[in-house]
Amino acid sequence: MSELHKTAETRGSDLRWQLSDADLEELFRQSKRIKGESLGRDAWRRVRRNRPAFAALVFLALVAFGSLLAPLWPLPSPMVLDLQDEPQPPEWVLARGGWDAKDIWDLNPLDSALLQVRASVFGDLQTGHWLGTDSKGRDLLSRIVWGSRISIQVALAATLCSLIVGVTYGAFSGLVGGRIDNLMMRFVDVLYSIPFIFVVIFLITILNEYRAVLVDDYGIEHITVFYFVIGLIYWLTMARVVRGQVLSLKESEFLAAARVLGASTPRILFRHIVPNVLSIVIVYLTLTVPAVMLFEAFLSFLGLGVEPPKVSWGLLAVDGIEAINPIKTFWWLVFAPALAMGSTLLALNVVGDGLRDALDPKLRGK
Amino acid sequence: MPGVSVTPPPLSPPSHARRLRTVGPAPGRWRRWAALAGLALVAAFFVRIALAARLSRADLVINNGTEIASLDPATVTGVPEGRVMRAIFEGLVAKHPRTLAPLPGMAERWELSPDGRTYTFHLRPSNRWSNGDAFTAHDFHFSWERLLRPMTAAEYAYLAWSILGAEAYTLLDPDDLYAGTEALTSVALEQLAPGRVRLAPTAFALAHAVGAAPGDRPAVGAALDVGAPLWTLAGRAAPSPLAGRVLARGDAHVELEVDENAVRNALAAGRLANDEDWRATAFSFVGVRVIDDYTLEVELHSPTPYFLGLTGFYPFFPVHRGSIERAREEFPSTWQVEWLDPSRLVTNGPFRVSERRINDRIRLVKNERYWDAERVAMRSIDVLAVESYVTMLNLYLTGEVDWIDRIASNLVPRLLKRQDFQPEPYLGTYFYRVNVTRPPLNDVRVRRALALAIPRLDVVEKIVKAGQLPNFSMMPHGVTGYAKPEMEHAPRGSGIAEADAFRRDCDEARRLLAEAGFAGGAGLRTIVINYNTSEAHRDIAEVLAASWKNELGIDVKLENQEWKVYLDTQRTLDFDLSRSAWIGDYDDPNTFSELWVTGGDNNRTGWGDERYDDLIHRAAREADPKERMRLLVQAEEVLMEELPILPIYTYVTQNVVNPRLGGFYENSRDEHFMKWFYWRDDAELEEFRSSLPAGLERVPAPGPTEGQYPPAGRDAVVR
Amino acid sequence: MLGFLARRFVWFLLTVWVVVTVSFFLMRAVRGGPFSNERSLHPAIEANLQARYHLDWPLWKQYLQYLGPFELSDTGPEALGGDGTDRFGGLLAGDLGPSFKYRDFSVNDIIRQSLPISVALGSLALVFALVLGLGAGILSALYRGRGADVWIRLAATLGIALPNFVIASFLILAFVFVLPLFPVAGWGTLAHLVLPSFALGAPFAAYISRLTRTGMLEVLSNDYIRTAHAKGVPPLRVLWRHALKGGLLPVVSYLGPATAGILTGSLVIEKVFAIPGTGSHFVNSALNRDYTLAMGVTILYTVLVYGLNLVVDVAYSVLDPRIELEDA
Repeated sequence: MSELHKTAETRGSDLRWQLSDADLEELFRQSKRIKGESLGRDAWRRVRRNRPAFAALVFLALVAFGSLLAPLWPLPSPMVLDLQDEPQPPEWVLARGGWDAKDIWDLNPLDSALLQVRASVFGDLQTGHWLGTDSKGRDLLSRIVWGSRISIQVALAATLCSLIVGVTYGAFSGLVGGRIDNLMMRFVDVLYSIPFIFVVIFLITILNEYRAVLVDDYGIEHITVFYFVIGLIYWLTMARVVRGQVLSLKESEFLAAARVLGASTPRILFRHIVPNVLSIVIVYLTLTVPAVMLFEAFLSFLGLGVEPPKVSWGLLAVDGIEAINPIKTFWWLVFAPALAMGSTLLALNVVGDGLRDALDPKLRGK
Repeated sequence: MPGVSVTPPPLSPPSHARRLRTVGPAPGRWRRWAALAGLALVAAFFVRIALAARLSRADLVINNGTEIASLDPATVTGVPEGRVMRAIFEGLVAKHPRTLAPLPGMAERWELSPDGRTYTFHLRPSNRWSNGDAFTAHDFHFSWERLLRPMTAAEYAYLAWSILGAEAYTLLDPDDLYAGTEALTSVALEQLAPGRVRLAPTAFALAHAVGAAPGDRPAVGAALDVGAPLWTLAGRAAPSPLAGRVLARGDAHVELEVDENAVRNALAAGRLANDEDWRATAFSFVGVRVIDDYTLEVELHSPTPYFLGLTGFYPFFPVHRGSIERAREEFPSTWQVEWLDPSRLVTNGPFRVSERRINDRIRLVKNERYWDAERVAMRSIDVLAVESYVTMLNLYLTGEVDWIDRIASNLVPRLLKRQDFQPEPYLGTYFYRVNVTRPPLNDVRVRRALALAIPRLDVVEKIVKAGQLPNFSMMPHGVTGYAKPEMEHAPRGSGIAEADAFRRDCDEARRLLAEAGFAGGAGLRTIVINYNTSEAHRDIAEVLAASWKNELGIDVKLENQEWKVYLDTQRTLDFDLSRSAWIGDYDDPNTFSELWVTGGDNNRTGWGDERYDDLIHRAAREADPKERMRLLVQAEEVLMEELPILPIYTYVTQNVVNPRLGGFYENSRDEHFMKWFYWRDDAELEEFRSSLPAGLERVPAPGPTEGQYPPAGRDAVVR
Repeated sequence: MLGFLARRFVWFLLTVWVVVTVSFFLMRAVRGGPFSNERSLHPAIEANLQARYHLDWPLWKQYLQYLGPFELSDTGPEALGGDGTDRFGGLLAGDLGPSFKYRDFSVNDIIRQSLPISVALGSLALVFALVLGLGAGILSALYRGRGADVWIRLAATLGIALPNFVIASFLILAFVFVLPLFPVAGWGTLAHLVLPSFALGAPFAAYISRLTRTGMLEVLSNDYIRTAHAKGVPPLRVLWRHALKGGLLPVVSYLGPATAGILTGSLVIEKVFAIPGTGSHFVNSALNRDYTLAMGVTILYTVLVYGLNLVVDVAYSVLDPRIELEDA
C-alpha cells in the first residue's frame, strides 16, 4: 500500500483525483508489482515460526515416512506367530531372520519392491524385539509400524470422505440458503441423533457377507469400504462448519465490496470463498483425523474394528489394556502403543492449533 | 446462522457467542452461581439416587461372567444360569460336589424297576418351599408339565423326552388338531398305498397322540411299536380304538396302516373347545404320575441310565405353582415376568433371591426353610455379572471377588504356578465341523488328511496353555464308563516323541491326499475356516492353516464372523470348516453322540450315515448298560472313520478360587454347589495348602480367619 | 419461546420416528436372530418362541405392533380387546416391550434400573470435566506462554490424544495397584465412581480447557478488562465478573455434544469398570439381536441427545438474555 500512497501524495492534495492517463498507467503498473502475501504463504511462515507446531509437523512427516516405507525397515514380520508362553520383554539386540511377502497380509507392487530393497541392503539382518513381543511372539515395534499403516489409511479414507461429502453439502446449503438450507440442516440434525453403532454393526455384517465379491470382482478390501463409511459419519460436523463459514462470508463486507467492484461469480467463489472456507476446513481436518483414529480404537475395543491378522493402533491399545493386572504387567504392551498413538494424535492436535492460529485472518501478518 | 444450532461443532463456539462477546451488560452474577450450583446439585442428586440401594459385602462374592437370561429354571440354558439355579432350586436328586454322584435332594430315596424303565421317588415329607408351603409330588407333576408344554418354549424340553409320551406332548400342536385332518393329509401324510401312510416328523407327534391307548398304560411309546393297534383321544376323556396299526417306525417317520376316514372322524371328534382340557387329558398319557403326596412315579419309554442324573439338572427343578397362579391373577398381562420378581419368587433350594440388579449382581440369602439348612454355611452370596476378563481378574486379585471362572490365556502360565488355579479336564470338546456336502470335503480321505495334520500339541501347549488335552475323538476325556475310540493315528506317549508321531501322521495324510488325487495339494481349491470373532479361535485357526499349508500344500483362508452371523452360516451349511465346540449336558456319551444322527438339529455338517443312526437308535432302546456303551462306542467308531468333524482338544476348567473357600471341588462338569461352600479357618487353610502340589506360589486367602462353618458344625461339610 | 419449543417438538417427533423406523428395519435386515444359539432349538420349540414374540409375523405388522398400541392379535392388551396375555402395548403407549435376552425384565425395567447409574456417572464426569476444564483453561489463559500454560495444554491435549480405555487403564494402574486408593471396578459406593467418572470426563475436560482458554484470551485482550484493572478492581473479581463469560459461553454450547459424547463414551468405561449402566446394553443388545432392547436404548439415546441440546439452547438464552431463540 505504501508505495501507491506515496505516489498519490507527491502529486499534491488538490490534484489527488485528477490523474492524467500517464499517471493512471503508472499507477496501474505499480499496482501490478505489488504482491499481497497469499494466505497460504503467510500461514506457512507463521507455522514455521510456531516452534511446537513445526516440531509436530516434522514428527508427523517422520511418522508418515516410517509408515509408508514400512517394508524397507529391517523389522521382524508383524504377522508370523512365534508361540511363546508369554510376551517377551524388550531386547536391544540385532538378530538374523528376514521374511518375505508371504509373511504379511497384503503388499502392493511398491511394497514388494521395498521389500526387495530391504533384502539387498540389510540381508537377513533384522532388529531384535526392541519393544518386546506380544503374547504370540510377534514383534511389537514391527506391529506398531505396520499398524500405523492401517490406522493412517483408515483416518485418511474416512477424512477424505467426510471432506468431499461435508464440504459439498455444507457449501451448497450455505450458498443456496433459505428454505432449502433450513431443510438440509434439519436433515443433518436428524442424522446427528441416530446412534451410529447400529449403522456400523449393520455395515460390518453386510460387508462380511459380500467381502468375497468385493475383493474378487472389484479388488476392494472390505475394510476400505468400511472406513469410507465411517467418513460418512464424520461429514455431518464438517457440513455444519462449512455452511456456517459460507453463511458468514456471504454477509461479509469484503465480499460485498468485491461484488460492487464487479468481480465475476467464479472469481468471488475461487478467490474469496474457497480460500476462506479452506482454512477452516484444513483446521477441521486436522481434528477429524484424530477423531477417526480414536473411533477406530473404540470399535476395536468393542471387537468391531480391524480384524487380525491385520493390526492397527487401536487393536494394539486394546491388547495392551489386557496386560494390566497385579500378577504380571507386560508394561511394554501398554505403553508402546499408547505412546505411538498418543504422540501422533498429540502432534496432530498441535498442528491443528498452529494452523488455526496461522490461518486466523484476525491474526494475519502478526 | 439463524437460530441456535442444535449441536455446534466441537472446538468451534457458535458464531453468536463470538458476536456477542464484548457488548452489553454482563449477566447477573447470580446466574452463573445458579448454573454451577444447579449442575452440581443435579449431579449430587443423581449420584444419590444411583447409590440409594447400597449393599454391604456378602459372605461370599462370585463372578458369574454375564447377566443371566432368567430365573425360571425351565427356560434357561447356559453355565451362568445353571450356577444360580443350583443355588436357589433343588431337584429330586442333588449331586455330590466332587464325584457328581446322585445324593438325596427333594427325594430322600428312590427305586428303579427291574426293567430299568420306572423310577419311584419318595419325597421327604419335611420339605418346604421358601415361603413355608408344603412341598409335594404334585409340585413336580406341575413343573414337568410346564417344562414340556409347548407354550413354555423350554429349550431343554427335549431332555425330558426320555419320559414316556413326553416328546409327543411337547410337539403336540393344538392348532394341528383343530385343523383336523387337513394337517394330516395335506402337510405331513404321504400315501404309500391305499390304507397305508407314512408320516413325516412334524406329524410324528400327531401320530403319537392318535396312537394313545387308554386301557393298557404305559401307552404312547408302546402303542407305537410295530404291530401295535392305534387309539385316539376321542372327546375329553375316553380314548377309543382306531382301525389301524403301526407298520414300521424310524426316527424320521412312521408308517401306519390306517383307514384315513377313521382318522378324520376321530380327529373331528377330538376337537376340544378348551386347550387346557386337552392338555390335562393329553398329559395323563405322559409317564409322570403322582402316587401320593410324597411319591412320584416316572416311567421312561426305554431304560435311560443318565435319567437319574438329569433329575438333578436344572430344567427338571420344581417351580412353585401357588406363586405363579397368584401372579397370574394379580398381573393378568405381565405375570410371566412378575412371578420371577425377587419379592415374589418362591424357591426350594439352599438359597433364595433377595435382590436382583441387572448387569450388576444377584444377592442370594440363605433359605432357612431348606430341608438341609443345617449344613449350609454361607448366609449371603453376591453373584456378579462382570464380563471383561481383565476386570474380573483384577476384582479377584484385589479380594473383592472370591471365585472367577475364566482367565485370559496370556496369564495362564503364571497362574498355573499359583495355589488358586487348578484346572481339570472338563466335559467339552473343541472341534471343527466339516461341510461334507462340498467338494473336496465330501471325500473322506481329504477329511482324514486334514484331521491328521492338526498339530494338536502345539495348540494346547502354545495357545490355550491351561492343560487342555489333545483329542482324537468327538467324546471328551473323562466320560464315565466309556472307553472312547479314537480316529486312526500314530500312537503317542510312552517314549514316542510327539514330533515323530506327528510326522508319521503327516506322512499318512499326504498319502491319503495323493490317493484322493490331490498330491501335494495340487488341484485343491482354497479352503475357508469360519470362526466367530475371538483372538483364541483365530490363533488356533492360524496354526492349523499353517500346518495344512506346510504339510499338505493346502491353501487355507480364515474368515471371522460376528457371533450371530457365524451361527447362521453354520446352520445353513454355508461354510467349509467351521470352528465349533460342544459341552456335555450330562455325564453320558449320549449328550455328544445324539448330535450326529442324520438331520439332527445340531448336526450342521450335512453328514448322515445309516450305520450310525441305527447304532444310536439301538443304544437308546438297550436295557443292558454295558451293551449300550458298546453300541455307543461302535457308533463313535463310525464317526471317527467318516470324520464329519475334526476333533482338536478337550476343555479344562478355568476356575480361580480363593484358597480359603471350602466345599469347592473341580469336577468334570464344572458344576459347583454353593450349598456346600464354607470358609476355612486358618488351621484348615494351612492343611489345604499343604495338600496342594509342592512348589506352588502361596497366594493370599482373604476372608474370615476363624472360618465360617455350617450350623451343623465342621464335620457337616462335604469332603 | 413457546413457538420455538413447539416447532422443536415437531422436529423432535419427526427425528424419533425416523430413528425408530430406520433402526427397526436395519436391525432385522442383519443376519441372525435373537434365538439363534450354539445349541439349535428343536424347530417346534423355536416356532413356539417366535410365536411368543410375534417374530413369525410379516415385518410391517411387527413394525405397527412395535409402534402400537394397535390391536393386531387376539392376545393383545385387554384394553384393546385382546385377552391380555400379550403385555406389549407398543411405543405410543410408552411400552418398549419385553427384552428377548433378559427375559425377566421389560425394556422399561432395564432402562429404569440402569439409566440412573449412567446418568450419575455421566453427570459426575461432566462436573469433573467442567471443574478441571474451566480451571485449567483459566489458568492456562492467565499464564499464557509460560511454563504452566505449556504443561496444562500438553496434559489437555493428551486427554484428547488417547482412547479413554487407555486412560482408564493407566488410572487403574496408578490408583489401584500402585497407590491402592480406589476399588478396581464395580458399583455400590461413591469410591467406585471416582475413577470411571474421571476417565470418562478426561477428554471432555481437555476440550473444555481449550475452549475456555481461547475464549478467555479473546476476552482478556479487550479494553474493558484493561479498564477494570486500571480502576483497581481486584484481579479475581475481574476474572469472575467479566472474563469468565468469555470462557463460559462457548462451553455451554459445547455441553450438548459433550453430553452425547459422554453417553457413547460411557459404554467403554462401563465395560472396563463393570458398571451396570445403560451403555453396555447399547452394544450387547445389538450383538444379541435383542431387538426390543436395542430399539429401546436407541430411542433413549436419541431422546437424550435431542433433549439435552434443547436444554443447552434454552440455558444459553437464559445465561445470555440477548440471544433470542428462533427457528425458521
